[in-house]
This record gives sequence, structure tokens and C-alpha cells, in this order.
Amino acid sequence: MELRQQNNQRRLLDFGHPQIVLIVSAFILYPFFVSDYLIDIAFFFGIYALLGLSLNIVLGEVGLFDLGHAGFYAIGAYTTAILNTRYGVPILVLLPVSAIAAGLFAYLVCSPIIHLQGDYLLIVTLGMGEIVRLALINNPFDLTGGPNGVFGIDFPSLGTWFVIDSSIKYYFLIWIVVALSIVGLTRLQQSRIGRAWNYIREDEIAAKASGVDVRSFKLLAFILGAGLAGVAGNIYASKLMCVSPESFTFWESCLMFCIVLIGGMGSIPGVIIGAAFISLFPEIFRPFAMYRMLVFGSAMILMMMFRPGGVWPRKRGAVSFTSLLSTNGREHG
Amino acid sequence: MAKAQARSDKPLVLETTCLTKLFGGLTAVNEFDLSVHKGEILSLIGPNGAGKTTVFNVVTGIYTPEKGAVIFRGIPITGKKPHQIVTSGIARTFQNIRLFPDMTCLENIMAGQHCRSRAGVITSIFRFAAQRKEEKRIQEQAEFRLRQVNLSRAHGELAKNIPYGSQRMLEIARALASEPTLVVLDEPSSGLNTRETRDLMTFLQTLIAQEDITILLIEHDMNVVMGISDWVVVMDEGRKIAEGIPEDIYQNQRVIEAYLGKDDDEEY
Repeated sequence: MELRQQNNQRRLLDFGHPQIVLIVSAFILYPFFVSDYLIDIAFFFGIYALLGLSLNIVLGEVGLFDLGHAGFYAIGAYTTAILNTRYGVPILVLLPVSAIAAGLFAYLVCSPIIHLQGDYLLIVTLGMGEIVRLALINNPFDLTGGPNGVFGIDFPSLGTWFVIDSSIKYYFLIWIVVALSIVGLTRLQQSRIGRAWNYIREDEIAAKASGVDVRSFKLLAFILGAGLAGVAGNIYASKLMCVSPESFTFWESCLMFCIVLIGGMGSIPGVIIGAAFISLFPEIFRPFAMYRMLVFGSAMILMMMFRPGGVWPRKRGAVSFTSLLSTNGREHG
Repeated sequence: MAKAQARSDKPLVLETTCLTKLFGGLTAVNEFDLSVHKGEILSLIGPNGAGKTTVFNVVTGIYTPEKGAVIFRGIPITGKKPHQIVTSGIARTFQNIRLFPDMTCLENIMAGQHCRSRAGVITSIFRFAAQRKEEKRIQEQAEFRLRQVNLSRAHGELAKNIPYGSQRMLEIARALASEPTLVVLDEPSSGLNTRETRDLMTFLQTLIAQEDITILLIEHDMNVVMGISDWVVVMDEGRKIAEGIPEDIYQNQRVIEAYLGKDDDEEY
């Protein structure tokens, strides 16, 4: 019994792996040794990691092609921007509000199209993302400020004694959110919900015939994915202090798609690596900005040829069986 | 005759009345009546294209019939969604195996328990006690079913990597993991060799003996049909042309015609 308890603990926190402790400490120490510029790069790495994780639920876990994810990101960012600048709602309060707004939007938009398969869904979501962007440009009800967007968004704060107003604080905000998301999503992966998502991805008809409510679970993935993108939008809006439609173009959706594909569908460490690739790559190759797309394109082609499963595909089996076998008492000695 | 009498004394598990399914102008199933009694192995046989699989797909909710009703344990289930039908107690397998290829054998079987568990997003993220208990129960059930089909050794293997015969058994185990009242098997012996087929027959007979379960199967292998069925229903061109105990069906003139007619076509 004690052994099993220990195993569980280890799996929950993952402190059994020294490399994870190492990575976490590196992330904590990093901002204290580098310039603000490098901290900001790491902040945007965090934003992309969060966006990658959110799309990974839809694309990676369930295998639904969603090329309009920037739309949900935009809904989150604009919810924060509008409610904050107009009604003075604090940013941290708006964090869950943005998530819910984006999730609700996903529910409304996706319920009529959820039965579409593969590329059909891809086209519809692509259109959805573009419609959101165009709607924002057209300034409906004088809310979104048209092409200029919304200005003057506050710092996240709790009263006056805790204000997130520097690069380093933003860095910690985003990475704490990413860390919590990773823990939550890992647990979902190992639950009946994560498995149901994977069943749908593997064989939809077999999933149905095994008793999975395919439609609801697909919608759930969209809602959670959109909610998480909404959270990213909230943090992004308050960091930049302004939002405008040009931050939520089709290109952003493409980048998120690439993050998941590069990393490996349904693999959380893979998504983080993919996000690192997407956000750090342009910085490293800044002197060669002209050739950036060329290199990026070739990298994608090489990836598809030599590692079609992604850089770090999800390993199956090892995790889900540990507790079962520990009944013999000889595992994890 | 005595056997038929004993059969009708047992309660009905599944009943279809006047079931009709059209595909465009083609009547795949035509006013088909079927009754399956508790604790029996009923085989549905007939030449290719007779509409057997269509009946299965209607019963399991993949298709909605144009006419007629499917009644399961006294409750009409016509037009319900597949997952609702599984939850109510009908599990199935497919003619061409449908597993989750890139998941482990254990995870494949756990799919069966999905409809018997409740944990939601919040419960799963925070790993509340109820969720952990449920998860343990799912694993235990899956492990039990794996052992039942002699695959516990392969628990961590990806389903696509195990041999064909094992894949068939894995699919049956997945269906059983949903704790069904009625198991619907679509040609379970197709692609199996003689020994595997014999093992399958013993397995199904033990299953019927040990558990409170009813089996409905489509089968082409006459050894299986004659060997394990309690009742045989013969279909041709969407209609029921005969039913009875295996011995009677074996000699039924219409059945022989239906099959021989097909044989003639094949021997140019």
C-alpha cells in the first residue's frame, strides 16, 4: 500500500525524474541572469507554449483539424481588453472570464460543425478564425476599436501591493500558468477523458461502438482548448497593453498548428519543444530575417520526411500501467 | 421441438419487429423479425449481401431503420445513439477488426469501461478520491478481461503490433469490458486458423456458462455455427428465410437453395 502511495505521488508531481527538477530550476533561475530583452523572448515562448498546449487538446488529443485557433485567442484577448478599459474590471479577475468567454464562443461556433471530418472541419475553422478577425476590424457596436484595436489595458494586480508590472513578473505569471496547465493536462491525459479523446482520434466508429459519446467529447476538447487559448489571450493583452486584429491573423493559427506538428501530436513535452522552436527560432535567425521563411519551410519539410511523428512523440503504456503492476510488489524497487 | 419449447420459456433479451432498412433503392433489410432469448448463442447466417451486418448496425445504433423497432430488455432502443445503446448493455465487435491501433492493449480494453464511469474534467484534474477509485476499478476490469482472453502478457504492447488472432480476442475483450447483457459479434472467426477458431468456440461456450450474457453472432464458418449455436436464423436478400435449431437448419431445403444458388454463381 505504501509503495503504491509513493508511486502515485511520484506520478503526480514527477519529482522522481531529476531532469524535470533541473528544467524547472533552470526556468526559475533564468530571468535573474539575463537582460529584459531575453526575458521577454522567454515570455513569448511561454505564450506560444500555452497556445500550443491549448491547440494540442483539439488537434493532438482528438485529432480534429483546427486552423482557426487564433480566433479563440482573440476572443480571450478582446474580452480582457474591452472589459478592462471600459468597466475597469481587474485583469486577474478577467483571466477566468476570458477563458469562459472563449470557451462559450467555441461551444456556440463549434456545435453545428462538430460532425465534420478532417479537412472539411479544417476549412470551416479556418473561416471561423478569419471571420473573428474581420469582425474585430469592422468594429462592431463600437467595441473593438477597428483596425487600431483597444489601448490602455492595466497591469494584472491584486490591490496596490501586488502589481505585475515588469518583464520578470510577467515571465513568472505566464510560466506559472503554463506549469499549472501542464499538470492539469497531464492528469487529463491519464484519465478517462484523455483516453476517450484518443479513442476518437484512433478510430471514431470504434470509439462510438465502445460507448464514447463522440460529439460531446469533441465539443469538450474544443471548449477546453478555446478556454486555454483565452487565458493566453488575457495575459498577452495585459502584457502588450493593447490588442489589435493584426495579432490574430491566420498566420498565428498556422504557427500553433506547426507547434503541435513539430512537437508530436498529443505529446505535452513535444508541444513545449515545438513552442520553443517557433518562438526562439526567429530570434536566433534575426540577422537572416530575409531567409527566415526559407529555413523554416525547409525545416518543416525535413521534419515531415524524417520524423513524421514529431520531435518528441508521446510514449504509450509506461505511465498507465505502473499502478496495476505494483500489486506484484517488484516494480519500482 | 422440445428444444424450441424450452427456448421460448426463457425471457427475451432482444427483439426486432418488422425491421426495414433502405439504402437508396436497395432494401438491405426487409421486415425482419428476430428474437434473442436470455443465455443463448444465436447465429445469424446467410449468403454475402443478405443484410446480416446491416441488422447488426441497426441494432447497435449505427444506422436508423426506416421502419420497425428494436426492443432491448423490454425497452425500445430504435433511433438511440450508439453510445447510449452500449450503455444500456449491448456491446459489439466488427467484421474487420476496429481497434485503437496506436494505444496499448490495456488502454484498448479500458475503452469498454468508459460508459461505466463518470469522472468529469474537474474531478480528473484534481484527482479526487472518487476519480482515483473509479480509475482503479476501470483498470481492474480491464485487467480481468485481458486475462480472460489470455493477453495479460501483452498489456503494454500497442494494439497494432499484436498478432491478428490476438487482435480479434482483444476486440472481444473490449466489448466484454463494458459489462454487456448482449454481445454482438460480427464474424468473430474470420481470418482465424483452425486452432484459433476452436479456441474461440471454447471461449464463447465458457463465457455463456460462466456469465450472465447472451451472444448474437454472424458467422460464415459452418463448424462454428453448428458447434456452438443454440438457435440459427437464416437471412437472404434482407428477409428471414428460416430459423431453428442447427440440426434442422442443416437440412432445410430453402437454406440449401440459398447457399447453393450462390455456390453455382461462383463455379463459373
